[in-house]
Amino acid sequence: MTRSLRPLMATTLIFLFAYMLAVLQHPGMLSTRVLGNFLTDNAFLGIASVGMTFVILSGGIDLSVGAVIGFTTVLVAALIMWMNLHPLLAFAIAMIVAAGFGAIMGAAIHYLKVPSFIVTLAGMFLARGGASVLSPDSIGIQHEFYSTISKSYILLPGGGRLTVVGLVMLAVFALAILLAHRTRFGSNVYALGGSETSAALMGVPVARTTITIYALSSALAGLAGIVFSLYTSAGYSLNALGVELDAIAAVVIGGTLLTGGYGFIAGTFIGVMLQGLVQTYIVFDGTLSSWWTKIVVGVLLFMFIVLQRLVFRAGSRRP
Amino acid sequence: MTRPTVDLRPASLPPNPSPRPLITQLARPQVMALAAVLLVNWLLFPGFFSITWQDGRFFGSLIDVLNRGAPVAILAIGMTAVIATKGVDLSVGAVMAISGAVAAVLVTNGVSAPVAVLAALGAGLLCGLWNGILVTVLEIQPIIATLVLMVAGRGLAQLITEGTIVTFSDPVLIFIGTGSFLGFPMPVVIALVLMLAATLIVRRTALGLLIEAVGVNRSAARFAGLSANALLLIVYTFAGLCAAIAGLIVAGDIRGADANNAGLWLELDAILAVVIGGTSLMGGRFSIPMAVLGAVIIQAMNTGILISGFSPQFNLVVKSAVIIVILVLQSPLMAQAFRRRPSATPSKPGTQE
Repeated sequence: MTRSLRPLMATTLIFLFAYMLAVLQHPGMLSTRVLGNFLTDNAFLGIASVGMTFVILSGGIDLSVGAVIGFTTVLVAALIMWMNLHPLLAFAIAMIVAAGFGAIMGAAIHYLKVPSFIVTLAGMFLARGGASVLSPDSIGIQHEFYSTISKSYILLPGGGRLTVVGLVMLAVFALAILLAHRTRFGSNVYALGGSETSAALMGVPVARTTITIYALSSALAGLAGIVFSLYTSAGYSLNALGVELDAIAAVVIGGTLLTGGYGFIAGTFIGVMLQGLVQTYIVFDGTLSSWWTKIVVGVLLFMFIVLQRLVFRAGSRRP
Repeated sequence: MTRPTVDLRPASLPPNPSPRPLITQLARPQVMALAAVLLVNWLLFPGFFSITWQDGRFFGSLIDVLNRGAPVAILAIGMTAVIATKGVDLSVGAVMAISGAVAAVLVTNGVSAPVAVLAALGAGLLCGLWNGILVTVLEIQPIIATLVLMVAGRGLAQLITEGTIVTFSDPVLIFIGTGSFLGFPMPVVIALVLMLAATLIVRRTALGLLIEAVGVNRSAARFAGLSANALLLIVYTFAGLCAAIAGLIVAGDIRGADANNAGLWLELDAILAVVIGGTSLMGGRFSIPMAVLGAVIIQAMNTGILISGFSPQFNLVVKSAVIIVILVLQSPLMAQAFRRRPSATPSKPGTQE
């Protein structure tokens, strides 16, 4: 077990090391304020990355999450502002729509036997297009519920604020860890990622599991969209452009094997935090430009892929 | 659809020496799809097919479709080769941004245009080589290997342009994007030449067959004595080169390098064009001219949506509908459905090629 935990430990150590280096340069970064903002600012990315982790664990990929986030923000805004629904009802509808969308993609992947990559690409186009057909313009959300949520937080020692949005992300991660490691569905996901044929022979319900995985991923993307709309108080079809790439990067940096069957939800959390750290460091530094985020995330991605290769070299040479 | 996965072409398979008759070539679903899209465009806009000659070049909606479709067509040429090896290159959009940035920055700093163009193409080659090394030496899945450059590439391009949109007025670079040759826009000419050259190289030499062999089964190809890794390196480098050419065209067209938006999401359009062209995502069967045709179909749809007054974003919905139709047509379920009806249509060629 120690050997299989190695990538997770490597990621954690690299995060702690990087955080230490950052704190040495900017002592202000070691505060609960910064940590609280870490959680709030990356909440939508974290929630979407949880769904992506399940998809990648099963050996697939989901390119539609950014588009589903964008679509959900528009749908929620439209339901609240145009239909005058209560936000909670709008959230429920949005989650159901997103989950149904994912279930259809999962069914297409399983029954049409096409790579998940191309199905979710179609899903991405559809969700982005659907969002801009709903409303090409940004819709501002004004509702008491929204202002209450954005004002409520738990005060941490040291002045940090643990917002509702941040709490939602932490809860999602906790539930996802239980789901992945303590339920039959979780085992089925790992089995599917190891080898679909073996999983089917062992009696894993492949169709049901595949559909559930993509429904879960899209539902979490929907939740991420809700969080995004709480965070920005607006719905816009171009929200969260390219978030699927950040999510995939977070999953890979978190030590999940891209060929499926191996990985940890907790690793994804660290992957998200590491990306947040890079962004926060660049803000603190002030002289670095924003594009360094992309380059550093790319370099981290590369480092972790190579690391995975080295750790798993002894295993199967080629899939 | 009981054919083997490897579609051995007439050129390489002795038992079937006669080339496919022209009439079946024209009856391909891609050609019919393009005809249908063009017909709809013509119904929406009666002047769609009119082409005029003015100032030494052709003008008209049809020429415009070709001109605007050229960058994606060029990307699709490289992408076809990559997908034929069972890979995919997600970084082409970012490589376009890098190549445009390199050319623009060099030209504004007083470097002569040919050198700048060569440097931009060189940057594309390097990017492609990098992807190829990740795929071959480190044996990373193509989708992830190229994801690295997709994420970091745009950052690199911004680093080169220092975050600004670098504009230039160099006549040579602008000519690549907006000039004309024999009355046709330069991008169309470049795409056409590249398509013909690439098709000739892969179909008149064994290269096409080798690419298909690697795509069907890389291990088997290696055991058969093919240097699969060298081939993959060549293919990814070629895709990088194609992306660099497309990047130069886009930069020349807007007379500037926009690191944020040049080639944004074009990798997805290129993949879509390749898939529309009937190249199998599972590797092993490919057609470069059909992929270029796919790019033209996509652009014809875009133009159609624009002239019919829908918002440009409506494109995305139409594109996803097209992908869904293709997926259903190519799926094993469909193949089974055809097989269940015996003798009526024993092997319908329409859905696959």
